[in-house]
Amino acid sequence: MMQQDLVHAIKSNPKYHELLTKRKSFAWTLAAVMLVIYYGFILIVAFNKEFLGQPLSAGSITTVGIPIGLGVIISAFVLTGIYVRRANSEFDRMTREIKEEVL
Amino acid sequence: MRIWQNITAVLALSLVAGVALAAGDMGEVKKQAVNVPAIIMFLAFVAGTLGITYWAAQRTKTAKDFYAAGGGITGFQNGLAIAGDYMSAASFLGISGLVFINGYDGLIYSVGWLVGWPIIMFLMAEQLRNLGKYTYADVVSYRFQRVPMRTMAATGSLVVVILYLIGQMVGAGKLIQVLFGLDYTYAVIIVGVLIILYVTFGGMLATTWVQIIKACLLLGGATIIAFGALYVATGGSMSPEALFRKATEVHAKKDALMRPGALVTSPLEAISLGLALMFGTAGLPHILMRFFTVPNATEARKSVFYATGFIGYFYILTFLIGFGAIVLLMPADSGYMITNAKGVLELKGGQNMAAVNLAQAVGGNLLLGFISAVAFATILAVVSGLTLAGASAISHDLYASVFAHGNVNEQQEVRVSKMATLVLGVIAILLGIAFEQQNVAYLVGLTFSVAASANFPILITSIFWSKMTTKGALLGGWLGLVSSTLFVILGPTVWTDVLKFGDAIFPFKNPALFSMTISFLGIWIGSIMDNSENARQECAAFEAQDVRCQTGIGAEGAASH
Repeated sequence: MMQQDLVHAIKSNPKYHELLTKRKSFAWTLAAVMLVIYYGFILIVAFNKEFLGQPLSAGSITTVGIPIGLGVIISAFVLTGIYVRRANSEFDRMTREIKEEVL
Repeated sequence: MRIWQNITAVLALSLVAGVALAAGDMGEVKKQAVNVPAIIMFLAFVAGTLGITYWAAQRTKTAKDFYAAGGGITGFQNGLAIAGDYMSAASFLGISGLVFINGYDGLIYSVGWLVGWPIIMFLMAEQLRNLGKYTYADVVSYRFQRVPMRTMAATGSLVVVILYLIGQMVGAGKLIQVLFGLDYTYAVIIVGVLIILYVTFGGMLATTWVQIIKACLLLGGATIIAFGALYVATGGSMSPEALFRKATEVHAKKDALMRPGALVTSPLEAISLGLALMFGTAGLPHILMRFFTVPNATEARKSVFYATGFIGYFYILTFLIGFGAIVLLMPADSGYMITNAKGVLELKGGQNMAAVNLAQAVGGNLLLGFISAVAFATILAVVSGLTLAGASAISHDLYASVFAHGNVNEQQEVRVSKMATLVLGVIAILLGIAFEQQNVAYLVGLTFSVAASANFPILITSIFWSKMTTKGALLGGWLGLVSSTLFVILGPTVWTDVLKFGDAIFPFKNPALFSMTISFLGIWIGSIMDNSENARQECAAFEAQDVRCQTGIGAEGAASH
C-alpha cells in the first residue's frame, strides 16, 4: 500500500486532476463510440437484415453488409490507435511531470 | 542437457510409433494418409520450441520470471503473443467453416470477438498493469479481503481454463487424427506432454515465445491460403467482387450468402451474444495475465493496439478463406466433397476442415502439410497459455495467499506452480480422452459467458467503483459464475441438444445479458447493504488504489524515472 502523505500530495496536485479529467472523458468517449458502432451493427443484423443485403451498387453482388462489417473491424483497430497515440504521448508526459513534482 | 536429449528422443519415438500404429488401422477409422511434409514441419516446430524452452529455462529463476517472463516483454512482442493466445485453432477452423456454410453470418461472430479489444484498451490494459502483479486476482483483491476474494477469482479462472481446455484438447485430438493420421489418444497425450514441458521448464518466457512464433506462422499461413485462394478462384483478377459472384453461383444459399441469415434470430439473443463475445475476452485469465509481462502501462497499451490489428487482419483472412473454400471446394466435381452416410454431399472431414482442404487445393501437399503443422502448433500454444494461467491461479492465488496466508517464499510458490502444471496437463489429457465422443462446440459459448459474467464484472468494478466492498464483490461474482453456468445447462444448447431432455427451461442460447445483469446487481446490492467497518476501510482504500492505478506509482516492477 502507498503511504497516505504521498497519496494526498498527488491528489492535491492540479495536474493530477487535469490528467484524470482528460483521460477519463477520452477513454469513456472512445468506449462509447465502439459500443455504438458495434451495437448499431448488431441491431441492424437483428432488425433490418434487408438493409445489409442490398447490393453495394447496381448489379454488384457485393452487399452493403460487407463494407459495414469490415468497417466495424477496422474501426476497432483505428480507435485503439487513436487512444494509444494520445495516451502514450500526452498522458504519459503528464504522469511523468506529476511524478517529478511529488516524488 | 541429458534429460532434454532423452525427452526429445522419447517424443520423436512416440510420434513415429503413433504414426505407425495409426497407419496400421487406417481401414477402420476415417483418417488421412500419413502426411510426410506435415510431420516434418511439425517436428521442426517441436524441436524449435523445445530449444526455446531450454533457453527460457536458463533464464527462469524467480517467481517474476516464471509468471511474468521477468516483465521484460515489449509491447510489440506482447501484441503478437496476445494475438497468438486469442487466435485458437477453433477460431481459425471454426470461423472459416462457419463462413463456408453460412457466408456473411461468419463475419458477425468475427466482429463480436474483435470489439472486446478496444474496450480492454480503454478501460483495463493500463489499470491491470498498474495494479496487478502476476494474476488478475491481484487486482480484484487489492483493497479487499484477500482470502475470499482470491478464492473466488481463482475459481473463476480455473472454471474458464478447464472449459476452454476441454474444447482445445478434443479439437486437437480430432484435428491431428484427420491431419496426421495419428491415433486420437496418442495425439491428446502428445499435446499434454509437450505443454507440460513448455510450462514447467520455460514458464511464461517460453510460453510467450511459443505464442509469438505460432502467431507469425498462423498469420503467414492464413495469408498464403486466403490470397492464394483469391488468386486461383478469380482466375488471377484478385477481385473480391468476382470471388463473391462465383461463390453465390456455387453455394445453395445463392444470393442469401451475402446477407445475414438465420444465425442471429431474435434481437435479445443477438444482444446477449454480443455481450458475451465483447466482455468475455476481458475476463479470460490467460489473456489478462499477458498484461503483467510488459514493463509499464505504455507498453501495455501498445500491446493491445498491435494485438487488435493482428486479430482483425486474421478475421478478414478467415472470411476470405471461407469464400475461397466455397468457390474451390464446394462444386461436386472438386474432389473435396464426399457423400456421407445419409446420402448428403458434405465437405471432406466436415465443415471445420474448410481451411485445411483449401490449403491443399491452393498449394498442394506442401501447403496442406504446413497448415496442418500450424494448426497443431496453434493448439499447443493456446493450451500452454491456458495451463500456465490455471497453474498460476492454483499456486499464486490459492496456495500462496489462501492456504499459506502469504507465508511462502518464491521458490516454494514456483515449485507448487510447476506441480500444478503437471496436474493440469494430466487433467487436460484425461478430459480430452473422456470428451472424445462429445460435441464440445457449446463449450466456447459457455466459456465466454462465464468469463463475461463472473470474472469481468468484479474486475471492472474493483477498478472503477470506489464503493464496492468485499461482500458485494463476493455476492456478484459467485452469482455471475453460478447463474451463467446454470443458464447454459438449462438452455437450448445443453438441455435440449446435448442432454436431449426436451424443451429448454431457460429459453436463451446466450445467457450473458441475464447473468451479467445478475452479477452487477449482486455487486451493487451487496456493496450498498454492507455497513461493516471492513466495508468503510475498503472504500477508504480506494483513494490510494486509484492513485496507483492512474499514475503507476508503486506498480510492480515500475521503471524508475
